[in-house]
Amino acid sequence: MLITKLKSYNELIPCFSDKVFVIKCSGCKEVYLPEEEIDIFLEKQNQNIISIKRLDYLCNEDFSRTYSETYNNFIEKSDVVVIFSCGVGVQVISKILEYKKVFAGCDTNYINGFQGISAQSWDCRQCGECYLNYTGGICPITACSKHLLNGPCGGYKNGKCEVNSEMDCGWVMIYNRLLKQKKQEKLITKCRIRNYKKYISTDNKISK
Amino acid sequence: MNFKDKIIGKQFVITSEIGPPKGTNIEPHIEEALHIKDKIDAYNVTDLQSSVMRLGSLATCALLINKGLEPVFQITCRDRNRLALQSDLLSAYVLGIRNILCLTGDHPVLGDHPDAKPVFDLDSVSLLKAATDLMNGKDINGNELDGKPDFFLGAVVSPGSDPLEPQIIKMEKKIEAGAKFFQTQAVYDLKAFENFMKKVEKYNVSILGGIVLLKSAGMAKYMNENVAGVSVPDKYIKMMAEAKKEDRPKTSIKIAAELIKGMKSLCQGIHIMPLGWEKYVPLVLEESGF
Ligand code: SF4
Ligand code: SF4
Repeated sequence: MLITKLKSYNELIPCFSDKVFVIKCSGCKEVYLPEEEIDIFLEKQNQNIISIKRLDYLCNEDFSRTYSETYNNFIEKSDVVVIFSCGVGVQVISKILEYKKVFAGCDTNYINGFQGISAQSWDCRQCGECYLNYTGGICPITACSKHLLNGPCGGYKNGKCEVNSEMDCGWVMIYNRLLKQKKQEKLITKCRIRNYKKYISTDNKISK
Repeated sequence: MNFKDKIIGKQFVITSEIGPPKGTNIEPHIEEALHIKDKIDAYNVTDLQSSVMRLGSLATCALLINKGLEPVFQITCRDRNRLALQSDLLSAYVLGIRNILCLTGDHPVLGDHPDAKPVFDLDSVSLLKAATDLMNGKDINGNELDGKPDFFLGAVVSPGSDPLEPQIIKMEKKIEAGAKFFQTQAVYDLKAFENFMKKVEKYNVSILGGIVLLKSAGMAKYMNENVAGVSVPDKYIKMMAEAKKEDRPKTSIKIAAELIKGMKSLCQGIHIMPLGWEKYVPLVLEESGF
């Protein structure tokens, strides 16, 4: 099982300063979504919300493509799409809506015994501190071989990672995605350092 | 005058590199270094270069200091977590090491222990930040130190990367985290280097252009295909291919000197990575006018 937690209000509120289309993923039984907390938060943001949809299995790219076609008029009308789901759901929608600002509303935490439902080419390692909001929806933890948080190493060649010439460099992908959204300056954010305590914080054998 | 003072005084600096051996046989490397000491301001000591397990950078730097040579301690995030990195920085300071080059490091799968655990708990930017915090008397978590170090911090940048922009963005983050000087990946294309220098002029940091001596046309081709951020122009490959085997060092020195002369007016120094051809470094410098 996976646990998602609502991001802090400080991080979330700026996402709601423009017109927003909201998707909650009610998806699989394996993921716990803090729906009550989400609804309390959303009520306070009411004025900018175009619509809220409760959909399932965003991690399935085919489903997500259908959703984005079905709700295209809402998406067109909004500046931002905010997704409440695990990290995979946000990554899939970010890819489909490449030119749109897509933000994660939740952090995804690790929990013992989770076997992984990750669909196809996406992966979320449940780091507990979702970084997708400043990487254009591409996960730096799983798409970069060194899970770097502050930009690429010097190892990419022809867009491929130094570790494996078949694998795309996650940070070149992030850069290209942000370029499409004209947000590449987003890469110059503060120095980020991973908090491994969050990664294991729901592992009650380790955390206090 | 030491490396830092020269850089701050805007003088041209020349650094070279020592790659510690796979084993304990360090003497020949120190001898090579001593041999060129009149022309070299500081020696980078690589940290398990190419992810191959070897003699350590910290110990080698300390040996250089004992011989009166100034080291640049290269430290990567590949093998140590944040506790060990910060501790090694403190250790470096008490051993007399002042110049630190912070790198992310190659991935272990590229080396001779591909089955090792890749660490990357920090990266080049957060490592610089950790070093800066230590200089301010605190560890990276804000805990007070009993006695603080003083470093001259540097980092690397790859001017030939494609796309280049992410490298420059990262460079800016490194500067913000405390980097005062940069050493670059090997430069073979002066035009591209000039273009890079124009883009980073605004940062007002000292940049040392990288020089790797070409050993053969084959090596150049190999680098073009496999080494990130390096592209050797055809004219140099041709020069190396046409040189007779015994003339290759001469041709290589000529190419390096041409590049160094070109770089002299563009940046504040050069960083020579001889990769086993240490004995030719004096000739390269002589031919470049030093
Ligand atoms: S950054 Fe990646 S690993 Fe962390 S929660 Fe987001 S998708 Fe998952
Ligand atoms: S080449 Fe790209 S994906 Fe590979 S380790 Fe470096 S930044 Fe990460």
